[in-house]
Amino acid sequence: MDTTRRGMLKTVATAAGAAATHDLAHAQEKDHDHGHSHQAVPSDPALRVKSLESLLVEKGLVDRAALDALIDSYEHKIGPRNGARVVARAWADPAYKQRLLTDADAAIAEMGYGGMQGEHMRVVENTPKVHNLVVCTLCSCYPWPVLGLPPVWYKSAPYRSRSVIDPRGVLREFGVELGEDVDVRVWDSTAELRYLVLPERPAGTEKLNEEALAALVTRDAMVGVAKVTARREGNPT
Amino acid sequence: MGGMHGMGPVQNEKNEPVFHAPWEGRVFALRRAMAAWGKWNIDTTRHEVELIPPAEYFELSYYARQFVAFLEMLVKSNLVTRGEIESGIPAKGQPKATPPLTAEKAVILVAKGVPTSRDVKVSPRFKVGERVRARNINPVGHTRLPRYARGKFGTIERDHGVFVLPDTNAHFRGENPQHVYAVRFAARELWGEQAAPRDAVNLDLWDDYLEHA
Repeated sequence: MDTTRRGMLKTVATAAGAAATHDLAHAQEKDHDHGHSHQAVPSDPALRVKSLESLLVEKGLVDRAALDALIDSYEHKIGPRNGARVVARAWADPAYKQRLLTDADAAIAEMGYGGMQGEHMRVVENTPKVHNLVVCTLCSCYPWPVLGLPPVWYKSAPYRSRSVIDPRGVLREFGVELGEDVDVRVWDSTAELRYLVLPERPAGTEKLNEEALAALVTRDAMVGVAKVTARREGNPT
Repeated sequence: MGGMHGMGPVQNEKNEPVFHAPWEGRVFALRRAMAAWGKWNIDTTRHEVELIPPAEYFELSYYARQFVAFLEMLVKSNLVTRGEIESGIPAKGQPKATPPLTAEKAVILVAKGVPTSRDVKVSPRFKVGERVRARNINPVGHTRLPRYARGKFGTIERDHGVFVLPDTNAHFRGENPQHVYAVRFAARELWGEQAAPRDAVNLDLWDDYLEHA
C-alpha cells in the first residue's frame, strides 16, 4: 500500500518534474528549480491539479460547472455569517435558544441552513461557569453550513494536538484567559456530529437587534477560541 | 494526534481567504464531484489520508494531503490509471463517460449533505449516565477512537442515535450501523494531575468502542 502510494507521489513528481512532497508542502511559493533536466511540465502544484482536472473532464468523469458551483458555494454563500445569525437569534429569542440546544438540526434548518458536513449538529452553550472548545483531533471535522470551510489553524497539527491536552494554553494564545472557577469542555469531533459553540452574549448589547448582534459574533467565538465583545475589533473572521 | 507535544503555537491568520490558491479550491471540488461515482465513502477518504506516512503527512499542507490521497483513490477505484495521471491524457479506446454530478446536483448536494445516521432498529448497549471504558483496541485499519482515550473511563452523556461504523465502512466491509454516544472523560482521567480538576473532554464514540466499566 505504502509502496504504491509513494510510487504515485513519484509518478506525479516525475510528470511534474519536481519533488512532489517538497513542492506541495510549499504550495504557495513559486516554482522551484530542482535541477531536473527533463522538465516536461512545470512543477507548480496548480498546474498538476489543472492537468488532473483536464484529464477527468476529458474522460467525462467530472463536469466543470459542478466544480465551479461547489467552489462558489463555499467562497461566496456559506460562511460564519450563517452561524452568527443563528447565535444572534438564540440570544434574542429564548424559545429559539431552547430549540437550538435540544434539537440543533431542526433549529438551524429553521434559519435555512444545513447540508454537507452539518447533517448532524449539536450546539453547546458557554456560560460564566462553562467554556466550550471544539476540535477534531483525527482530521478536520467542522460545521460547514454554519461556519464555512475551516481555517488553516483549525486543521493544523498544533491545534489538533494541543486542544485536548492543554485547552487553557491554546485559549491563552487566542487571548482568552479563563479562571479556575470556569470549567473547560473540549468537544473532539470524532464522529459525524458537528459542534457549534453558542457564545455568551456580551454585556451592553441589550438594546441591539438581531442583525446588530449577529455583526458582533465571530467565527472564532463559535469554535470556542474567542469570546464575543460588545464592540467588534477588526474585520469579520 | 490528540495530546502530542512539540507542535508549536497555533498560528491564527487574520482575514484568511477560503482558499489560499485556486488549486486548493479545485482539489476540494474535484474530490466532492468524483465522490458522486460512489466508488468510495467519507471513511475511505479519511483512511486514505491516514495512509500517508507520518513524515510526509506533517510536511504536506492540508490540500496537498487531500490531493495525494485523492490520486490514490482514483487509481484504486479504477476510474483513472497511473499512466493517465502521468501523461495527463486519457487512455485510447475508452468511451467518454457522463459526469454524475451536474452543477444543479452540486447545489443540492451542498444543501442536503450526506447523512450518516441510519433509520434502523439497533438496541443501544449503554445508557445515559452509565460509566464506561473506551476499549483498548489498536487496529491497523481505520478507526475513530483516538489513541489518547483508549483504556480510559468516561460517562455516557448523550445517545446520538444510530450511525454507520467507520471501521468497517472505510474498508467496504459494511455499514454496521450502531449507536454513537457523547462520552465525557475527565481531563485528569486522560492526562493526569497536570489537567484542571473539573475540565473534561467529550468524544463521540460508537458502541463497538466501549465496554461496561
